Amino acid sequence: MSTATDTVNTNPDSHGHDSHDDHHHHIPKGLMRWVLTTNHKDIGTLYLWFAFIMFLVGGAMAMVIRAELFQPGLQIVEPNFFNQMTTVHGLIMVFGAVMPAFTGLANWLIPMMIGAPDMALPRMNNWSFWILPFAFLILLSSLFVEGGGPAFGWTFYAPLSTTYSGDSTALFVFSVHIMGISSIMGAINVIVTIFNMRAPGMTYMKMPLFVWTWLITAFLLIAVMPVLAGVVTMVLTDKYFGTSFFDAAGGGDPVLFQHIFWFFGHPEVYIMILPAFGIISQIVPTFSRKKLFGYASMVYATASIALLSFIVWAHHMFTTGMPVFAEMFFMIATMIIAVPTGVKVFNWVATMWRGSISFEIPMLFAIAFIILFTIGGLSGLMLAITPVDFQYHDTYFVVAHFHYVLVTGAVFSIMAAVYYWLPKWTGRMFDITLAKWHFWCSLISVNVLFFPMHFVGLAGMPRRIPDYALQFADFNKWISVGGFAFGLSQLIFLALVIKACRKKGEKVSSQVWEGAEGLEWEIPSPAPYHTFDTPPTVK
Amino acid sequence: MSDKQMQTEEQTSKAIEGQPKSSASEPKHGKTVAKLLFVVVGMFGFGFALVPLYEVFCEITGINGKTNDEAAVYVPIDVDTSRTITVDFITRTNTGMPWEFEAQTKRVEVNPGEMAQVSFYVKNPASRDIIAQAIPSVTPGTAALYVNKTECFCFKHQPLKAGDEAVMPMTFYIDPQLPDNISFFTLQYTLYDITANADASEVVAMSNAPNIINANN
Ligand code: HEM
Ligand SMILES: [Cu+2]
Repeated sequence: MSTATDTVNTNPDSHGHDSHDDHHHHIPKGLMRWVLTTNHKDIGTLYLWFAFIMFLVGGAMAMVIRAELFQPGLQIVEPNFFNQMTTVHGLIMVFGAVMPAFTGLANWLIPMMIGAPDMALPRMNNWSFWILPFAFLILLSSLFVEGGGPAFGWTFYAPLSTTYSGDSTALFVFSVHIMGISSIMGAINVIVTIFNMRAPGMTYMKMPLFVWTWLITAFLLIAVMPVLAGVVTMVLTDKYFGTSFFDAAGGGDPVLFQHIFWFFGHPEVYIMILPAFGIISQIVPTFSRKKLFGYASMVYATASIALLSFIVWAHHMFTTGMPVFAEMFFMIATMIIAVPTGVKVFNWVATMWRGSISFEIPMLFAIAFIILFTIGGLSGLMLAITPVDFQYHDTYFVVAHFHYVLVTGAVFSIMAAVYYWLPKWTGRMFDITLAKWHFWCSLISVNVLFFPMHFVGLAGMPRRIPDYALQFADFNKWISVGGFAFGLSQLIFLALVIKACRKKGEKVSSQVWEGAEGLEWEIPSPAPYHTFDTPPTVK
Repeated sequence: MSDKQMQTEEQTSKAIEGQPKSSASEPKHGKTVAKLLFVVVGMFGFGFALVPLYEVFCEITGINGKTNDEAAVYVPIDVDTSRTITVDFITRTNTGMPWEFEAQTKRVEVNPGEMAQVSFYVKNPASRDIIAQAIPSVTPGTAALYVNKTECFCFKHQPLKAGDEAVMPMTFYIDPQLPDNISFFTLQYTLYDITANADASEVVAMSNAPNIINANN
């Protein structure tokens, strides 16, 4: 992609060079600046901090889970509280950490990458962020309601969430509705921005892959978040208003819940990985000092993954007693998704092939991503084989699978992104020594944490259970040690980010990284509050 | 909420007019947003549409094992004596449902087209009156389409006073169109306590009814 511009370099700082920015100069100070802001960079920062805080809160819950599972038997928490921890941990990590982090990156980067002055709908942008903290306050406060918070798993299967759930279920439903509205607004904003605000010359096939993957993700979001809103609403009315969507006694069907949930749920997992693919596709070429191999095939692969993601949902339901034909259909459709995914991995490796690679921190995370995400993809393929899924389903093998794709996949990509663009945001290089510590501690501990889960899973240890059979004790001890180490390693990251925000460290150039290409690397570092008020021309 | 959202959005954009925004003109945003909101609303509706779609799909294919919930009319047909089908009956009560529930006939062997009658014994050992609903389920599900019931206790609510017992009949025949590869299937009934959701009139009728101990033993 060629992204050279003619206007930016000569006129890099939009402040004070034009007559129109009088009202821009009233940036309110203090707290109100952040509450009222409609600036895409401010909102991006808010999203990223919010996601980080949620990551730490959800992580603390994971620590409770691993402390309880350190030994067989029940020692630290009650089973009901354990179930609340697994449930809320999952909900927070999915809707509070990974998705808002990607939305934060989208806010910061998409306008800078396509040469737009801001997001298309700045006021809505402010709303879509500021309703999020309330959603999570409601969710977290439900833990303190009598009878406890949601304990039915992040998948809230009926009848666990209808017949057998506690009084706090209404709070759960309400918070999921708010999260949904927030992500739908965010997605609409991304689509409108990309459709209508690209700089002259920025054709679709010149857009950076991060922009492409986010565009496709945004379409997935507006397609499936409303379905999630629908299914939680049905749970609400089944529980409180006497409907029988999922109640067999009243003519409903509990399996229907799973169909609707996973019709949302599988595209949702791609919502959490497509922007990661975009990030890796930005980083690998920079540090390989080569153009991305197979740009067009990357775009098509992303689009076909998104389309296919609508017809594979029942691979989560192989054990519900579907007819053989349906089992075969969903098995084969699922395996077909591995093809475009393989194309992507191939392209990243081909980009590195014979490149002049250097191993800066973002590249370290990107390479770890490629290897570890592939491990997660392979265990996914194993799970896609219907007959063997009968053995693996609801065991720790599934837990290992989705943590490889989500932690060493999505979360590692977010960390890679933060390291890659942080100097652009702050204008200073972050503390590289701390970053190295963070990378290596995370890399080792994350594998100690999640790799043995494959083995205990294959040996039959069920997921979401606070106690386990004695033969799993040794492995679980290691898993917990890995978990605590991974949790602590993230505090290094926290320290590093705080230090970077305090403007410690060496000043960086506008390009920051030697091989970096794209519009965002042509504006000064730190990126000025307003960029591209005059659109650049992309050649 | 989203409509209001759009309005505020337009106001905002007016407020920063005069600024040389990139190619985008504001009405263009409004149009795109409207289209996207249409998708959002459509998909919300689609989520709910999945409920009847699923029901119709299962009714046509029978894959969720539900039998028809209305009585079939028996039209005399030729009994296919060339094959016998084994049907097992299994009973279950839902969690929290205190009734005793048992199939008096555990297994029948019938020719397709031949009428068969079986009966189920229930007793309410609890100290309160309870209204029950039985839900059938056939495994393999595809056989469900070929089970024609002319009479079934599952067609209606079944009230039983505390301590009462009863025998509930069910008559059915198997459609001779039953696929050749099925020679055996299981019909399971699950009893649910629906007293809390039943109409008040039903509950009153039940408590006014005389106690009858009528199991034909
Ligand atoms: C090659 C690609 C993939 C294949 C073939 C695949 C296949 C599967 C299958 C068959 C299951 C169901 C296992 C069971 O419950 O028995 C599963 C679960 C799961 N997968 Fe994947 N997967 C793939 C990629 C991904 C990605 C990229 C993500 C997310 C970033 C992901 C996230 C999940 C999650 C969260 C679950 C567990 C959901 C739950 O039950 O809580 N998978 N996967
Ligand atoms: Cu899936």
